[in-house]
Amino acid sequence: MFQNLGEMLLLFARVLRAVPFTWRHRHKVFEQFYDIGNASLLMVCTLSLFIGAVVALQTGPVLVDRGLAAALGGIVGVSLCKELAPVMMAILIAGRNGSAMAAEIGSMQVYQEIDALRTLRIDPVHFLVLPRMVALAAALPLLVIISIMVGWFGGALVAAYNDRIAVGFQAFFENLRDVVALEDVVHGLVKSFVFALLVGVICCHQGLATRGGPRGIGRSVTKAVVNSIVLIVISDYILTRLLLS
Amino acid sequence: MSTIAQASPGGVALQVRDLQKRYGAEKVLQGVSFAVSPGEILVLMGPSGSGKTVLLRHLIGLEEPDAGEIRINGQVVRGAQVLEHYRVAMVFQSAALLNSLTVAENVGLYLIEHRLRSAEEIRRIVSDKLSLVGLAGAEDKFPAQLSGGMRKRVAIARALVMEPQLILYDEPTSELDPLSAEVIAEEILALRDRIGVTSIVVTHDRTLAFRLGDRIGFLSAGRLVAVDVPQRLRQHPDPMLQQFLQALRGPVPQEVES
Ligand SMILES: Nc1ncnc2c1ncn2[C@@H]1O[C@H](COP(=O)(O)OP(=O)(O)OP(=O)(O)O)[C@@H](O)[C@H]1O
Ligand SMILES: [Mg+2]
Repeated sequence: MFQNLGEMLLLFARVLRAVPFTWRHRHKVFEQFYDIGNASLLMVCTLSLFIGAVVALQTGPVLVDRGLAAALGGIVGVSLCKELAPVMMAILIAGRNGSAMAAEIGSMQVYQEIDALRTLRIDPVHFLVLPRMVALAAALPLLVIISIMVGWFGGALVAAYNDRIAVGFQAFFENLRDVVALEDVVHGLVKSFVFALLVGVICCHQGLATRGGPRGIGRSVTKAVVNSIVLIVISDYILTRLLLS
Repeated sequence: MSTIAQASPGGVALQVRDLQKRYGAEKVLQGVSFAVSPGEILVLMGPSGSGKTVLLRHLIGLEEPDAGEIRINGQVVRGAQVLEHYRVAMVFQSAALLNSLTVAENVGLYLIEHRLRSAEEIRRIVSDKLSLVGLAGAEDKFPAQLSGGMRKRVAIARALVMEPQLILYDEPTSELDPLSAEVIAEEILALRDRIGVTSIVVTHDRTLAFRLGDRIGFLSAGRLVAVDVPQRLRQHPDPMLQQFLQALRGPVPQEVES
């Protein structure tokens, strides 16, 4: 994985240099953006609802037993927007869209479509990687915002209707509003933006690096997703340290 | 994207000297040298795995040689440089169409991405080139909906759109019925007559080889064993070459029109 790190940095630099050409490729960006939303929106909502619910379910009774029921909204609120929503959504997107990107670009590599692009003097970084990365970087933070809100709602539902917790909607959201600051949400969005770039670079790089026929595509997809998840979690720690200081 | 080579129309002169390439331990090209003059059609034949495709990939800058040089119009070109200075097109053995794009988008891709023409003009050019290869009306199909031979013809149309100065055909008729193959052969000749494009045609089809080739080269295990005008190639002493010519498809042409 780490021998690829240099190549990925190089690819990222090439994407950065291609950014001024984004407008020219806007149709492909919209197409990718739409694909991401279409493939993931329902999953994002479902997953987030249950993540919020399980956080409330796990922490609620503990807090209630110690007379801290009023703090539940804040705990669900902060943990979702700073940690759970960005990380879980990034992992979801890596599995759902990153894998597809690695597979698509990988099969283009294997079936010489990328060679054909080169002979037409079309840079695959502009044509394939840039639109995907821009779409990811725009879509993931948006999905995270949705995830945060749905997650809060899931937490609130459990808080209100679980007998052992029984913290009403109003109390839940009042505490949440007290505790969660705008910068906590920004914190989550910054993370998700970085994760989006990570997933994009890893999966596109893995696609471009595909060798060895159709079996190579399968290998690439697996590697793309596994590497994405590992790097999301590692960089999550680093980002948290940076953003806390 | 940078500007497209606007060199004079007509074909380029190509010189290849002592080209060598190995993949791992396997020596795939072992010192290939030849020259092609502007407007000439050089046919390359040779057994499967002899390095024909690899040679073409070097000529269009998809591979970098380990040693040797490629000159176009006398100037040394390295790797992808060739595409910066000259319009070179390749018809891939596998066609290599973009599967997510329609036939029209594939054929027009070069013009669309480099914004060389208006949408209206591109549509016209695309349908022109498609009728040239006998695929009029296939614009909105996707590659997956085409037969192997049809895909190959789309690939040829895509190459023609570039108005190339050098065009590399990797087995352009391998999946075609005799009639379509004939049409493609006609077009390869017509293209040369019309704009004087320099062509290299890799083929296993003996009839096509003798029909098209101003000269024919025979590649074997990464070496260019012979390259000569068709009449003399038939008398070439190399036994491997003679065996190969005997075994190939198609009748041995008796007369070759010049
Ligand atoms: N990217 C590569 N990596 C390793 N070996 C390769 C690569 N490309 C080609 N080769 C090897 O180079 C040799 C020549 O391959 P090439 O595709 O040029 O053959 P060919 O003459 O075009 O054959 P065919 O008529 O079957 O198309 C083969 O032995 C092949 O295994
Ligand atoms: Mg070949």
